[in-house]
Amino acid sequence: MKILVPVKRVIDYNAKPRLKPDGSGVDLSNVKMSLNPFDEIAVEEAVRLKEKGVAAEVIVLSVGPAKAVEVLRTALAMGADRAIHVQSDEAVEPLAVAKILKAVAGEEQPGLIILGKQAIDDDCNQTGQMLAGLMGRPQGTFASQVVVDGDSVLVTREIDGGLETVKLALPAIVTTDLRLNEPRYASLPNIMKAKSKPLATRTPADLGVDVTPRLATVKVAEPPVRGAGIKVADADALAAKLKDMGVA
Amino acid sequence: MEYDVVIVGGGPAGLSAAIRLKQQDAGIRVCVLEKGSEIGAHILSGAVVDPRALDELIPDWRERDCPLAAVPVTDNRHWFLTKNGKFSVPHWLTPGWMHNKGTYTGSLGNLCRWLAAQAEELGVEIFPGFAAAEMLYDEHGAVRGVATGDMGVGRDGQPKDDYQPGMELHARYTLFAEGARGHLTKQVIAHHALDAASQPQVYGLGLKELWDIAPHKHQPGLVIHTQGWPLSDAYGGGFLYHQADGQVALGFVVGLGYRNPHLSPFGEFQRWKQHPEIRRCLEGGKRISYGARVINEGGWQSVPKLTFPGGALVGCAAGFVNVPRIKGSHTAMKSGMLAAEAAAAALSAGRGGDALDGYEAALRSSWVAKELRMVRNVQPLIARFGAILGTALAGVEMWMRTLGMGLPYTLAHHSDRGLSRKDAARPITYPAPDGVISFDRLSSVFVSNTNHEEDQPVHLHLADPALPIDRNLPLYGEPARLYCPAGVYEVTGQEEGDPRFVINPQNCLHCKTCDIKDPAANITWVTPEGGGGPNYPNM
Ligand SMILES: Cc1cc2nc3c(=O)[nH]c(=O)nc-3n(C[C@H](O)[C@H](O)[C@H](O)COP(=O)(O)OP(=O)(O)OC[C@H]3O[C@@H](n4cnc5c(N)ncnc54)[C@H](O)[C@@H]3O)c2cc1C
Ligand SMILES: Cc1cc2nc3c(=O)[nH]c(=O)nc-3n(C[C@H](O)[C@H](O)[C@H](O)COP(=O)(O)OP(=O)(O)OC[C@H]3O[C@@H](n4cnc5c(N)ncnc54)[C@H](O)[C@@H]3O)c2cc1C
Ligand code: SF4
Repeated sequence: MKILVPVKRVIDYNAKPRLKPDGSGVDLSNVKMSLNPFDEIAVEEAVRLKEKGVAAEVIVLSVGPAKAVEVLRTALAMGADRAIHVQSDEAVEPLAVAKILKAVAGEEQPGLIILGKQAIDDDCNQTGQMLAGLMGRPQGTFASQVVVDGDSVLVTREIDGGLETVKLALPAIVTTDLRLNEPRYASLPNIMKAKSKPLATRTPADLGVDVTPRLATVKVAEPPVRGAGIKVADADALAAKLKDMGVA
Repeated sequence: MEYDVVIVGGGPAGLSAAIRLKQQDAGIRVCVLEKGSEIGAHILSGAVVDPRALDELIPDWRERDCPLAAVPVTDNRHWFLTKNGKFSVPHWLTPGWMHNKGTYTGSLGNLCRWLAAQAEELGVEIFPGFAAAEMLYDEHGAVRGVATGDMGVGRDGQPKDDYQPGMELHARYTLFAEGARGHLTKQVIAHHALDAASQPQVYGLGLKELWDIAPHKHQPGLVIHTQGWPLSDAYGGGFLYHQADGQVALGFVVGLGYRNPHLSPFGEFQRWKQHPEIRRCLEGGKRISYGARVINEGGWQSVPKLTFPGGALVGCAAGFVNVPRIKGSHTAMKSGMLAAEAAAAALSAGRGGDALDGYEAALRSSWVAKELRMVRNVQPLIARFGAILGTALAGVEMWMRTLGMGLPYTLAHHSDRGLSRKDAARPITYPAPDGVISFDRLSSVFVSNTNHEEDQPVHLHLADPALPIDRNLPLYGEPARLYCPAGVYEVTGQEEGDPRFVINPQNCLHCKTCDIKDPAANITWVTPEGGGGPNYPNM
């Protein structure tokens, strides 16, 4: 079985986003970029499935500018086998990414596609679900455990008030939650090996996908500045304050 | 893993050495270790860069999209600040080499990112996110390489699930390019007594912010240096450089030889920004980033022996800063190149593990040596011109560490560690930050994008854990609370009569001040897990 893992290059989770002066988006010049944390978890899960002998090959794919190759190399260093870079200098919306993934899945025929539940830059939480819809395949989202069992997969999902386990027929789409695993550190020898692993370059056009944006951003604004907090001496004082505020 | 040359540190010195090695012989196997999460993540500088070394390394850099080319310095000013006003020091009063002719202003971090791309194109292997944590010696006592730090070790020292042991990197030559106060450099210098014949190194702490300023105030290419207010208990001064994209890099350097334990370099920097002349530039703008890093201020007389069996020191690890010009990047690059040339020659002669004497000789007869030696004579030269040059003299002196610098014989540097008793020193109170122009430490660290894995051993080692409370607190009020630019050190519980020394290592900016300034040399900075620390943008 092949596993396909789509990975996105996003603003690093340590970086403090700044808005462009015209409010058209986040200013990404001089900002550290890295592999979306949820995608790192997805790569880790796929590599573990390969190490367990469940998967034969892990393919990572990124849609993005030339620099997206950096996150593909990171994923390869973690243990993925080969990479596909779908070159696009424009921002690509979730629906277009899902269409690209569908086209690649048609060529590669993966048994599992593991995505992050959301990308931390635009927090859309859509690509996995859209892909499942487009492909007409089952989805297990917000996974905290993934167990492949013959020709199906058991996905434990984090839902309000507990855990839900669903059984999906393969091929299936899984999206990862934070607690699925703890991604490994790439070791120096593996980083070196990653440099010579195969990396194919494609374009949306040669996959037959039109990535023209369908959404227009009206405005991006900073959250309102929080007022100064207060310090309370002890728990009683806190309880009294909360009562005063009508919270408790 | 085996290499011909391992380079510790991906700053201007390390990257220039790597490029030069590959230019000499593409077959040389070179790797660069960088503790920051990416190249440039830990680089903090002004910077006004003299392109002399870059011209020699990559002559067509201006045509190769090098970000430094964007803003040539076009207007160079020196101000002497009084509490509410300023005197401009006329141009003709300052020596020609201080005019910044032909220099460029921009982000040294971005220059390093560009240099790293050039190096990788030549086949250099660059490993960001890996700290060189340990020295490796062979059975003859020659440096045999370094080992990277373990990853995935808990605060208690026990391996966690994601434990990844460090790797040994062996090399025929190891170049130490860790910058000022390198962690391994310090060990190498001690092990081989490299500083036996030189003056002790002394340092300044440089604090810096990056601002987007109001467009109508922005004059790309204008660079300003200030001296005078608000410092009275320390040497130092400020800089304000108008760079690309509507941004201004501004900072403040405080000589760490100050004796008043109530002094806070951070507090002085924040106060300096409130000077009407500085404030005026910042009003209506927005702070983007903050950081701090020590800078060598010992000058030529503090440069140690550079070579030892199996390796050499390059860049600020050795300390080639031209102090009156506050420039060390061009000399760092040149020293890296000279070390690379010597290493390439030695490798092609089949050597390895011996001392690169060719580098020591080449450096000491290079323009780096000439430039640093000349600075030593600036002081008496200007002094001869008398009172009319008083302001100019001060303009130079601001960046000079001691009055002895430049005399035909060298006066000893005092160690940076000495402090007066707290009762014997003038108390200093700093104005509360206004949150617009001046800020507190924590909101500042926030915009440095600093992050360390929290569950890891504390990377700030106390030789005697009781000393901060038993000795430093009663004598000096525990100065670490004030000199650390990131609020890593706190004393809590004083009101309850149960003072405790608290270390918040996850805030550490890797500036190295605590390793230098603790009066009892009680604090040792070691490398935390690779990838931790600040994530500076274009700093
Ligand atoms: C990339 C990323 C994505 C994440 N996404 C999700 C997600 O989708 N869903 C999810 O559930 N989690 C997510 N998390 C994890 C989540 O952010 C943290 O686990 C959670 O915020 C931890 O909260 P806490 O209350 O345990 O502790 P803390 O973060 O320590 O505290 C939270 C708050 O408590 C208050 N507080 C703390 N101490 C005091 C004090 N002494 N006095 C007064 N107030 C105090 C402060 O307001 C503070 O902000 C994500 C984390 C990351 C890194
Ligand atoms: C506030 C300030 C302003 C300055 N202004 C100017 C200026 O205007 N012009 C100018 O020319 N110079 C200026 N300088 C000086 C200049 O920044 C330095 O001379 C120059 O950066 C030295 O280069 P380097 O490569 O030797 O060291 P650094 O630039 O310090 O680089 C060292 C690198 O090695 C890494 N490293 C260190 N230890 C390890 C380890 N154990 N393992 C892995 N990696 C490690 C560090 O993370 C860092 O990336 C200024 C300095 C400061 C602090
Ligand atoms: S802990 Fe030491 S090295 Fe870290 S920021 Fe504070 S003074 Fe600098």
